[in-house]
Amino acid sequence: MNAPAASLATAPAKAESFDCRQAFADELMTIAKADPRIVAVCNDSVGSSNLNAFQKAFPDRLINVGIAEQNMVGVAAGLANGGFVPFVCCASPFLTGRALEQIKADVAYNNYHVVLCGMSPGMSYGELGPTHHSIEDLSWLRAITDLSIVVPADPNQTRAAVRWAVDSGLPSFLRIGRFKVPSVSTEGDAFAYGRVDRIRDGSDVTLVATGVMVSRALAAAELLGARGISARVLNVSTIKPLDEAEIIAAARETRGIVTAEEAMVEGGLGAAVSQVVVRHAPVLMRLLGVRGFAPTGDTGFLLDHFGLNAEGIAAAALEIAG
Amino acid sequence: MLADIARAVRRSVVRTIDAARAGHIGGDLSVTDILTTLFFSVLDVDAAAPLKPERDRFILSKGHCAAALYSVLALRGFIPEEELATFMQPLSRLNGHPNRRKIPGVEANTGPLGHGLPIGVGSAVASKLSGTGWRTFVVLGDGELQEGSNWEAAMAAGHRKLDNLCAIVDRNRLQQGARTEDTNALDPLADKWTSFGWETIELDGHDHAALHAAFTAPSAGKPRAIIANTLKGKGVSFIEDRVEWHHKVPSAEQVVIALEELSA
Repeated sequence: MNAPAASLATAPAKAESFDCRQAFADELMTIAKADPRIVAVCNDSVGSSNLNAFQKAFPDRLINVGIAEQNMVGVAAGLANGGFVPFVCCASPFLTGRALEQIKADVAYNNYHVVLCGMSPGMSYGELGPTHHSIEDLSWLRAITDLSIVVPADPNQTRAAVRWAVDSGLPSFLRIGRFKVPSVSTEGDAFAYGRVDRIRDGSDVTLVATGVMVSRALAAAELLGARGISARVLNVSTIKPLDEAEIIAAARETRGIVTAEEAMVEGGLGAAVSQVVVRHAPVLMRLLGVRGFAPTGDTGFLLDHFGLNAEGIAAAALEIAG
Repeated sequence: MLADIARAVRRSVVRTIDAARAGHIGGDLSVTDILTTLFFSVLDVDAAAPLKPERDRFILSKGHCAAALYSVLALRGFIPEEELATFMQPLSRLNGHPNRRKIPGVEANTGPLGHGLPIGVGSAVASKLSGTGWRTFVVLGDGELQEGSNWEAAMAAGHRKLDNLCAIVDRNRLQQGARTEDTNALDPLADKWTSFGWETIELDGHDHAALHAAFTAPSAGKPRAIIANTLKGKGVSFIEDRVEWHHKVPSAEQVVIALEELSA
């Protein structure tokens, strides 16, 4: 984290940042070359899911059902029934909103090994407006039994998460960020399913973040450090199932917890962490996320608008530990 | 022979619903001949190896007619016949809608309508991609066709010329609350499937020979839709073609009469 914290206050970050979507597509290609079970299913989203190379290499294994998300998820369940491992690549708002019942019934309740890839989640579509913001996805999907929810924070984690999704045999949702982010993990041990990574230790307050918010939480920790406050930073790349031990430790060892997610606060990461905290070690919490339908603005503007930047996270932490 | 089996399935449906005091008797009785013909003369499935990779796939999209499916699966050896008495009882694996995680022979956990055909399309694509060659059969209710997801799937199957996919519409012309044509009309139904790129066959859905011929006809190079004209409640005089028997449960006296009629 060499970039000055102030520059991270406005997203997308420009320097020293990397593309999760490209990492996703590259890893999927690599695995698909060796594993003929891998197929991609999409809804006219070949380009937006970076699947052009996949389509060129495996034209028969890219099933583009057109603009029909309910059918898309059902088709994926049928492909899984037939022994394939489908990666459903679709803009997250339409995948999770339009096809929610198919995700519940066809994928999770059937226990079919389908990998649902929510592309361009959160505020990725900025000025296209609330119809295109995928901010309810974490809330909706957390309520679905047997569906794992994985949110990689950087390209290393994205590649490792794709490998895990193939090997796991589990129905899963991967939330693949659209804008570039700084690297927050190491290549060798980037991602372990169900593990929360303590990527910075601290004793006064804990910042719990997921996905694109992780690098911003690290920047917030820098700001807090400058004010003499020691902030722990947790990267939650598996939201479900949640690593409760690391959350409980944070609640017991620091004075409070700030959660930050590019999603509605009703039901996402903050709610998941709260459920653990109230049961084991109640401490003050601040939940940062999206509240209400967003006004017009690009992604960076909107993240700033909702306080989802280093300053906003640091300010919330100061309310607890200031 | 199929007639004897179908009669046994219908009697099993009545007894199963009587024991549970719940179920969807009208649709169970309309779909019985379709299920019987498929499971006893068409499908390549094996109760001893229910997950063999090359098996034919059968999906009951109208999952609320689980009592008919369970009865057929029991007679076909997938589940014990005596277990039918546990239908919808606490902790029974025989839920009101089928669950593949618990019941061999079930490919998809259906219940919400409009889910079976998309899964069937995926299964048909998988068969072609893998070169294995299994066939996929999906039984749909007619009222269910008011769900848009069916037409997304129908469009995709037509576009892909999935000639290993067969959709059977149990066209009993009644849905839960009223006649289909008084609710949200489906006719001209055959024209709809044809226009989506399907071969369409219309037949008497209680005629086992006609059903068998349609299920086994040579490929026309496109997916096949069979519109099976049926009577909801077929075989029981006071249930036939009456909307109120969608999920009404017969009284003890009515059960006796129904079983008598189904013995003939």
